[in-house]
Amino acid sequence: MPVTELISIAFNTLRNNKIRAMLTLSGIVIGVFSIIAIMTLLNALQAGIEGGLNSLGSNTFQVQKFPAMQFGDAHSRNKFRNREDITYDQGKRLKEKATLYKYMSIEDYVYQKAFKTNKAKTNPNFYVGGVEPEYLECNNKTIQFGRFITQNDLIRNSKVAVIGMDVVEKLFPNVDPIGEDIIIDNSQYKVIGVFQKEGEGFGQSNDNFALLPITTMQQVYGKNNRSMNIAIQAPGKEEFNESVENVVTVLRSIRGDKPGEADSFEIFSNESLIGQVNNFTKYFKYGAGFISFIALLAAGIGIMNIMLVSVTERTKEIGIRKAIGAKSQSVLIQFLIEAVILCELGGIIGIVLGIVTGNLLGMYLNSPVVIPYDWVVIGLVVCSAVGIVFGVYPAYKAAKLNPIDALRYE
Amino acid sequence: MENNLIDLKGIEKVYIMGTEVLYALKGVDLKINKNEYIAIMGPSGSGKSTLMNIIGCLDTPTSGEYFLNGKNVSEMDDDELAEIRNLEIGFVFQTFNLLARSNALHNVELPLIYKGLPKAERIEKAEEALYNVGLEDRMTHKPNELSGGQRQRVAIARALVNDPSIILADEPTGNLDTKTGQEIMQLLEELNQKGNTIIIVTHEEEIAMHAHRVVKIRDGKIESDVKSEKGRAMSERKEILI
Repeated sequence: MPVTELISIAFNTLRNNKIRAMLTLSGIVIGVFSIIAIMTLLNALQAGIEGGLNSLGSNTFQVQKFPAMQFGDAHSRNKFRNREDITYDQGKRLKEKATLYKYMSIEDYVYQKAFKTNKAKTNPNFYVGGVEPEYLECNNKTIQFGRFITQNDLIRNSKVAVIGMDVVEKLFPNVDPIGEDIIIDNSQYKVIGVFQKEGEGFGQSNDNFALLPITTMQQVYGKNNRSMNIAIQAPGKEEFNESVENVVTVLRSIRGDKPGEADSFEIFSNESLIGQVNNFTKYFKYGAGFISFIALLAAGIGIMNIMLVSVTERTKEIGIRKAIGAKSQSVLIQFLIEAVILCELGGIIGIVLGIVTGNLLGMYLNSPVVIPYDWVVIGLVVCSAVGIVFGVYPAYKAAKLNPIDALRYE
Repeated sequence: MENNLIDLKGIEKVYIMGTEVLYALKGVDLKINKNEYIAIMGPSGSGKSTLMNIIGCLDTPTSGEYFLNGKNVSEMDDDELAEIRNLEIGFVFQTFNLLARSNALHNVELPLIYKGLPKAERIEKAEEALYNVGLEDRMTHKPNELSGGQRQRVAIARALVNDPSIILADEPTGNLDTKTGQEIMQLLEELNQKGNTIIIVTHEEEIAMHAHRVVKIRDGKIESDVKSEKGRAMSERKEILI
């Protein structure tokens, strides 16, 4: 007997018992929904984070005083705070002494600033950076108009600025910003270039900044109380680890880290950051997996129960089918398919609801819309498995019914 | 011998219920030819239901041999018996035994589904069978939308649809009023005239009278096996014709 017939019989039966079918599959819906929603949300968050991180550029790593992400307690935060700042001098020496890198960019940032012109003013959520020409390569940035900071600007401590698109939109909505003046903390800079717009990532603008020559920055804001970021691009993928090792060794000696002591700085790359994110989200995944497992187990038992009821109720039907020529196998498969379809319907509803909910939550956090295909497949496979595992005993019971007794059953 | 559709040899059926041993059939020999119209009669507990189940391949004998259409069905396993039931036997039950949630057409189609016929062919044959029992305008009705007589006609159409060797009717009029019962008996008579072999199991003399041969069972044995008046009339007519 063809499977298509069995499937259509199963659908007919479920259609005849709509409410019961809906109630039975709701357990599956909840189980699948919880895992798919969490996985969709986590994938969306991760896509957002990774998108943000990719701005670091390929084969690039960073040196900082603080780790990029801190999940620790107050004690471990104090550990980082007590570290000595990374100074511009240390950065310059690293640049001289390190041997294995392609580009190195020392960066000095000050946050929470308001930018002004004579006419307009931004909110105080912009930041200023002092950078070197290599900034472009190390951070994967592109200049749209004008030019970037040059070595000459550094030597002359030029009062020039390259600005992000948000600054243009706020301060120079109707004029060409190149050559205009911008005022930050009462110092005036001439705009020489504009970065290509990057848009929002993860709820934050990536275009709300102005960059100065690092020497100018150090002159205006002083040399103390700030720690530099150093972005380094390795010569290639193969040399990445060696490059990191080289930088660590040289920087340890510059900063006087004693042998056997931990580094007095943090090194991280896109990969290590993604690893940290994964490490962190892992526990959510375990939690969701566990909840789903419990829910699916309960749902499976519910399905087994309802299938047993169904077999008893339909004893006569089974007897009729057997009397007119249904083999045990046909009856077995009929009931098995019914259980699997019940589970799959629940699974599909759970997947759709889960993806929608996960993405709505993700959109609230400004993450891109994602469909976790791997989990969709896993969800459907698990549903089939639940249907088969919990459907096989009732189906077997139906298949083994004696046709004479079954026909006589009232 | 060449016409022996059914050949039962020394059929015994023993039920063991706990410590009690029940001899339902104690050695039944019975031959039924093609195109016969035979009634099996007997009071309840006589073993006639057991005999019917064995003839219908719903059950296998404890000992003895059963040849149906030349095939030894007494040694078949459950799946082989299912196939024999599907192809060789058309059941008509006292309680109709239709699928309550399926319409008449689907009920008649069911044996063809298990036979594995493609859909178009199934529908065509099922429609034809329903037409032959006079239900061409009731095909999409469900059993609860049909009268008792109509339900039994659907059951007969289902029994006929696979063109079986025998039609096995178990008290086919038991749940019907007298008039409808007569109509059903009339229908079976017509089917017999068209060449179908019909076996009726009943405890009612009036119903048995329709058959051409009456086999009476008592205490697990054949008590008598005679031609009915109708049967005698039929064979006399044949002789006259010859």
